[in-house]
Amino acid sequence: MKFSTFTKAIAGGIALSAVLTGAAFADPALIYDLGGKFDKSFNEAAYNGGVAWKEETGGNFLDLELQNDAQREQALRRFAGQGANPIVMAGFSWTAALEAVAPEFPDTNFVVIDTVVEAPNVQSILFDEHTGSFLVGALAGLKSETGTVAFVGGMDVPLIHRFYCGYAQGAKHVNPDATLIENYTGTTPAAWNDPVTAGELTKAAIDAGADVIFAAAGGSGLGVLQAAKDAGKYSIGVDSNQNYLQPGSVLTSMIKRVDLAVKNALTEAADDATFKPGTTVLGLAEDGVGYSLDEHNQELITPEMQTQVEEIKNQIIAGDIEVHDYFTDSSCPL
Amino acid sequence: MSARRPIPRWADIALLPAINLILAFLVSGLVVLLVGENPFHAIQVIIYGAFGYGDGFGYTLYYATNFIFTGLAVAVAAHAGLFNIGGDGQAYVAGLGAIVVALALDQTHWLLAMPLAIIAAGAVGGFWAFIPGYLQAKRGSHVVITTIMFNFIAAALMVYMVNRVLKPATTMAPESATIAVPGRVPQLRQFFSFFGYSPVNLSIVIAIAALIGVYFLVWRTKFGYAMRVLGANPTASRYAGISNSKMIMITMTISGALAGMVAINEVMGVQNRLVLDFVAGAGFVGIAVALMGRNHPIGILLASLLFGALYQGGQELQFVIPGITREMIVVIQALVILFTGAMEGLFRPTLERAFMLYTPEHKTEAVAVSTAKTES
Repeated sequence: MKFSTFTKAIAGGIALSAVLTGAAFADPALIYDLGGKFDKSFNEAAYNGGVAWKEETGGNFLDLELQNDAQREQALRRFAGQGANPIVMAGFSWTAALEAVAPEFPDTNFVVIDTVVEAPNVQSILFDEHTGSFLVGALAGLKSETGTVAFVGGMDVPLIHRFYCGYAQGAKHVNPDATLIENYTGTTPAAWNDPVTAGELTKAAIDAGADVIFAAAGGSGLGVLQAAKDAGKYSIGVDSNQNYLQPGSVLTSMIKRVDLAVKNALTEAADDATFKPGTTVLGLAEDGVGYSLDEHNQELITPEMQTQVEEIKNQIIAGDIEVHDYFTDSSCPL
Repeated sequence: MSARRPIPRWADIALLPAINLILAFLVSGLVVLLVGENPFHAIQVIIYGAFGYGDGFGYTLYYATNFIFTGLAVAVAAHAGLFNIGGDGQAYVAGLGAIVVALALDQTHWLLAMPLAIIAAGAVGGFWAFIPGYLQAKRGSHVVITTIMFNFIAAALMVYMVNRVLKPATTMAPESATIAVPGRVPQLRQFFSFFGYSPVNLSIVIAIAALIGVYFLVWRTKFGYAMRVLGANPTASRYAGISNSKMIMITMTISGALAGMVAINEVMGVQNRLVLDFVAGAGFVGIAVALMGRNHPIGILLASLLFGALYQGGQELQFVIPGITREMIVVIQALVILFTGAMEGLFRPTLERAFMLYTPEHKTEAVAVSTAKTES
C-alpha cells in the first residue's frame, strides 16, 4: 500500500516534470558571453533585459553561461534542437559559432548583439558606442577645468578603442586644446574585473591633471568611480546607468541599452511576423546609446551643458557632425 | 614524517586515486544537495553527458586532448625536478606558430600544413619555456616564478598580435582570419558520424603519440635517465658528469613544445582561427592532470579523460539542471583537484598501515607503530 502510493507519487512527479520540461522547450533562450551572467556590466544588462521581459509577459526563458569557446556551437545546437525560439546571444564572440549553426536550423530565429552574422534567420544588433561616447566626451570636455580628461578602458580590444575614440573626439569637439590620457587595465579577460588596477590608473591620471575620467571597463569601472570620488573629481560610468553608485561624483553614464535590445528581441523575434532579420543599428536616434541624466547628477550638469550636448546629439543624428568609427579602419585620427 | 613504507604498486596507482576520487564525489554530492538538487541525478547526468552519446563523448575526447598535452608538459618537467606552471602561456604563444603556418598553407593540404604547424607551434611553445629554463639554469631564477610571469607576458603579447597584426580589418572580434578548409585538421566526425558535431579531431592521434613518445623518452633513453637523475638529486647528477644547466634548458624546451601542441588542437582543429584566450586554463588543468596521473603517461591519459568528462559532463549538467550554475561546476572540478592532487597523501598512511597488517612479515612492525601511537 505504502509502496504503491510512493510509486504513484514518483510516477506523478515524472509526468509533471515531463509536462514542465515539455513546456520549457518552446521557451526562448538567452546565452551570455564568457564574462558570465552577473558581471555588473554587459552580460548582466542582457540578463536584466530577460528578467524585464519575464515580468512583463509572464513568460519563461532558458539561459546558459559558457565556460569556454568550444561550447558555443554546442549550446546553440542544444537549444535550437530543443525547439527554443528565439535564441538570443550577447557578445561579439558569437560570430563564427552562429555562422555555422544558423543554416542548420532555418526555422529558428537567432538574435545576436554586438556583431553581424549574415543569414536569413539572424538579426544582428549593433550599438553606436562611438556616438554615445562622443556625447559623454563632450560633457567631459565642458566640465573639465584643467582641460585634461582621462579614459580607463578594460581589456585592450577594438570595441573599447571604439569607446575611447568617440570619447576623445567629443572632448576635442568642445575643447580643441583638451589633453587626453588613455589607459587600459589589462590585456586578459581579468581586466574586466580588476577595480584595484583601474583605481590606480585613475589616481595616476588625476595626478597628471585629469579631472574627468571615463570608465569603459566593465566591473573594473567601479574602481575608477571610487578613486575619482575619493579625489573629489568626476567620473563617467558605462553600459548601465551608474550615476547612483557615487552620487555627486559620477558626471554621467554612457548608456548602452543591451537590456532593451534583449527585451525587444525576446518579444519580436518569437514571431516571424515581427522578426527583423538583417542588421539593426541602435544609435542616438533610437535611444540605443546616450548619456544618462537623473537626480544623482542633475547638480553636475548645468542647463547650458545640457543644451549644448542636446544640440550636438541632434547634429550627429542629422549627420552634421561626423563621428569617426574606430571599427572602420582600426585607427583614431584626432 | 617517517619514511614511506611500501604499499603494493596497484594500490598506489589505482586504489589510492580511486579512494580520493570517491571522496571528492561524495563531498561534491553534498554541495549539490546543499543547493537543493539530487546528487544521484547529477552524477547520472555527468556520466551520460560525458560518455553516453557520440556528441558528448566527442567533446570529452576533445577536452582530454588538450589536457594530455599540458599534463605531459608538466610531467616531463617534473621528472627533471622542474615545476612548469607556464603551460598556459606556452600553449597560448604556440598559437602564433600554428596560425602563421596554417594561414600560409591553407590552400594546400592539411597533410602538408599539419606537420609544419606542429613544428612551428612546438618551436614557439618550446622557445617560450626555454627562456625561463635558461634563466633557471644560468641565473638561478626559479622556474615557478618565471613561468607564471611568462603567462602574463604571453597574454599581453597575444592581445597585441591578434589585435594589431593578425586581425583582418573587416572583423570586429579580436581574432585572426579563418583558416581555409584544406588547411584544417580533419575532424573525427568526417570518418565516424558517431561523433555528431563534436570538435574532436585528428590532434588526438598526436596526443596519443605524445604519450607513447614521452614514455620512451623518460624511461627508455639515456637522456630520460639523466633527466630523472637530475630530478632525484641535482648534486648527484652533476657528480655523475651530467650538465645540469643544459638538461634544465632542454627539458623546459620539450615541456613547452608539448604544451604548444594544444594550439594544434584548438587553432587548427576546433576554432580554425586564432582567438583570444583559446587555451582557457588548460595549462593549469595540466598540473592537476600530471599530479593525479603520477607523471606517468597512462596515469595522464586516465586523468585527462576524467577532467575531459568533468568539463563536458559539467556542461551537460548545466543544460539538464538549470539550478546548477557554472560556478557550481567549477566547485566540483576544484574538489576533484583538491582531493586527488593537493590532499593526495591523505589516506596514504592509513592505507600503508592497513597493508602492513595484512602482510605477515610486516605485521609486528605495524603493531609496534600503532602501539607507539596510542602510547604517545
